[in-house]
Amino acid sequence: MLFKLSLKNIKKSLKDYAIYFFTLILGVAIFYVFNAIESQTVLLDVTKDTRDIIKLMTNMLSGVSVFVSFILGFLIIYASRFLIKRRNKEFGIYLTLGMSKRKISMILFFETFLIGIISLFVGLGVGVLLSQLMSLLVANMFEADLTEFAFTFSHSACIKTLIYFGIMYLLVMIFNTINISKCKLIDLLHGSKKSEQIKLKNPILCTIIFILSATILGYAYYLVTGGIAQISDATYIFKPIILGAVSTFFIFWSLSGLILILVTHMKKLYYKGLNSFIVRQISSKVNTTVFSMTVICLMLFITICVLSSALSIKNSMTSNLKTLAPVDIQFSKKIDLKEETIQSSWMYNENMIEDSNITLRETLERFDFNVEENLKDIVEFDIYTSNDILFKDTLGTYYEEVYKKYPLMEFDTTETFIRLSDYNKLARLYGKDEYTLENEEYILVADYKEIANLRNEALKRNTPITIGEKKYYPKFKQYEDGFIYMISTHANTGIFIVPDNAVNFLSKEESVMSANYKASSDDEKESIENLIVEGMSSHPYNEYTSLTASTKIHLYESSVGLGAMVTFIGLYLGIIFLISSAAILALKELSESTDNKERYRVLRKIGTDEKLINSALFKQIAIFFLFPLVIAMIHSVFGIMFCNFILSVFGNEKLLPSIIMTSIFIVIIYGGYFIITYLCSKNIIKEKY
Amino acid sequence: MQRILKIDKIEKYYGSRSSLTKAIDNISFEVEKGEFVAIMGSSGSGKTTLLNCISTIDKVTSGHIYVAEEDITKLKGSSLNRFRREELGFIFQDFNLLDTLTAYENISLALSIQNIRANEIEARIKKVAEELDIKSVLNKYPYQMSGGQKQRVASARAIITNPKLILADEPTGALDSKSAKMLLESFNHLNEELKATILMVTHDAFTASYASRVIFIKDGKIFNEIIRGENSRKEFFDKIIDVVTLLGGDLNDAL
Repeated sequence: MLFKLSLKNIKKSLKDYAIYFFTLILGVAIFYVFNAIESQTVLLDVTKDTRDIIKLMTNMLSGVSVFVSFILGFLIIYASRFLIKRRNKEFGIYLTLGMSKRKISMILFFETFLIGIISLFVGLGVGVLLSQLMSLLVANMFEADLTEFAFTFSHSACIKTLIYFGIMYLLVMIFNTINISKCKLIDLLHGSKKSEQIKLKNPILCTIIFILSATILGYAYYLVTGGIAQISDATYIFKPIILGAVSTFFIFWSLSGLILILVTHMKKLYYKGLNSFIVRQISSKVNTTVFSMTVICLMLFITICVLSSALSIKNSMTSNLKTLAPVDIQFSKKIDLKEETIQSSWMYNENMIEDSNITLRETLERFDFNVEENLKDIVEFDIYTSNDILFKDTLGTYYEEVYKKYPLMEFDTTETFIRLSDYNKLARLYGKDEYTLENEEYILVADYKEIANLRNEALKRNTPITIGEKKYYPKFKQYEDGFIYMISTHANTGIFIVPDNAVNFLSKEESVMSANYKASSDDEKESIENLIVEGMSSHPYNEYTSLTASTKIHLYESSVGLGAMVTFIGLYLGIIFLISSAAILALKELSESTDNKERYRVLRKIGTDEKLINSALFKQIAIFFLFPLVIAMIHSVFGIMFCNFILSVFGNEKLLPSIIMTSIFIVIIYGGYFIITYLCSKNIIKEKY
Repeated sequence: MQRILKIDKIEKYYGSRSSLTKAIDNISFEVEKGEFVAIMGSSGSGKTTLLNCISTIDKVTSGHIYVAEEDITKLKGSSLNRFRREELGFIFQDFNLLDTLTAYENISLALSIQNIRANEIEARIKKVAEELDIKSVLNKYPYQMSGGQKQRVASARAIITNPKLILADEPTGALDSKSAKMLLESFNHLNEELKATILMVTHDAFTASYASRVIFIKDGKIFNEIIRGENSRKEFFDKIIDVVTLLGGDLNDAL
């Protein structure tokens, strides 16, 4: 009997539930898709390096899934509480008919159960289908060929989805039961009659609070952009976040009040068509929705930042590599290791001292590696250093100012130098500009912009560096873009090119050899790569040397893997946040429409055109959807700038495509929810006779 | 005299062929400009159905309704809304004011949906507020007003568009007797001074006694019709009571 009642209830209120259902299905599907990625990568033809990263990614994704399940759980509980509130009257009638609260709980239990089962299975179905599409994206991300297209189904992801959502639904049932047992009959029957008093806020207070919160927000913006340099550790970032969140709340509070006051006073606009009705509609609920608006705005903000950064990171990482890894391999090893260096770093051991006194080629020979047979385009050079020339010395007179600005920066690091002729050899190999130097000149090469920009000021001041009592002056007034070491990011904080004879007064720190593989095909390259990487790591001499090799293939694969990982996690979180915020808004608006049915009926009775009514409804919903989005977009401008700064080592030349992609996501998901909300609302307020 | 409303043999059936209910069974009458007509009948007599048909909220099964020579049974869609907006004014038992709007804004809505400029709206509201004595409540919200005030605001909204016909559905139904009396006196004022044509549905003899003509409906048919003529309101009231007694049934309860 009760079960039948539940079934009928669901059928009856399917329209009200549509968005809820839709969201649940989407949530389940996305949860499955991202947890099933692992099963798709199995089919990919990738190297061991990539395989390791995939494993890491899977672990990360399942960690993120726990977080996601919290968000979805919160959303489901919120939505179901919301739907129950809508049905207070129905429950009130049950109670007056003498049904016990326990029985009502049972009805709700069955309903949740049914909805849960249906949404889980439909969601899983959709998820399985979507994940087939996802496999294309996965293959593309890891730049692997799909060896064959096969229909994949991940048992583990399926079971995980069932368990996670099972727990969420169980929680919902418990919450519902508690809710029902706490409510009073009188509130159930008359709960909906309460009409909130509408008061326009004090315009002066609004203005003051608006200016105040806008200032605070501006300060928060400044902290993450202009004042970014002061960020010394991760906890610092909480300050602008909290400031931003709080000021967002007050901006919503005051701005809504201000706009309403303003519009009410613009008589021509206010008394046009249904404008006065729309404005009052909004003002009647804006007071109660300021908080949820803030939450939605912040969620959208996170979505935009996460998506646009995550989507750009892979592109910039891989496109960086084309310039950052110009040759196939680069060996480097420490020269002249000292006792104290060994003690201060875990990377070195006693055995390496002996090795550090022989040449790089000799070390390679001890590895039984035949240089001439495997490598071509070989360039060998040394990197020099001096204990007397520190970072702060090269900043010259500018040091005091920098120190004041960035007191936490390390200024006592030694600088590195390279001979002009060595650099030119390397530049030729790397396909970069070659330089000439007069006797007393130096050139600074760097590509880590934030540090390099500091150095620029010193260069502009013609700061000399002293090597062996001789002063050298900068040839250029700014740094030259370039690097020596092959790494996956722009992290060269600066190396000085000096005339060849200057290094006589410096000590050798490192020997480097850059070269290409003697190979004509990718397969041949791969085999030389294996010879070096596998051969060296398994060779007993590995314990006796500080020799390291950085290869193009390895850099590329780890970049691709890391990029893919970040992209997937970003997509996962971004989509979930977007869905959650859109769903909350949609549910709120739908229930508003139900509450306002009577008002629309009155409008119809006094002869308002259907078109005018629909446009009023559209405007109302559009304003509620757009308001948080616009503020979130303003936040995002600064948020993305901040992300950009943090991620600038990965390069950020390709931000626009990812912002466009993010916009597409938002338009589809957020816009989709908006359209559905509007259509459902239109249906709700439609007169049925 | 100009004819504002002509009801021509209208019928309204509800239900299916097997269980047919005749809510209105061949009713015809006319209302002339400046008349104040009350339609009386017990619940279920079909008086509200009649009003709904005139107000185009409901459709007749057969017959025609002419408002100022325009056959409104032939209107469809947006021209229906236009007709309702421009030719009719409504006063409802439960006021139907928008609770989110002030009295002023509620009244203005009737004009602004006709694309009338803000300046003119202001002038017209000022005038009608004086007529109906609601100037003091213009900036109040419905929940801050008494029932009588609310109904007078609703009347102001109905009259402000200068409709050809004002339809009132049990306007005193939700009012106490003092407010009801005040409202009916304003109706008289609107009728006599502003020459408004009013068609009012009620089951209350006292309310009906303010009209210039009362049409009695029973079982979907016109049962009787009396005209006030030169009688005082008290005498007219007694006459109505006589008919009500004749009618029998639950209309007696209204006394």
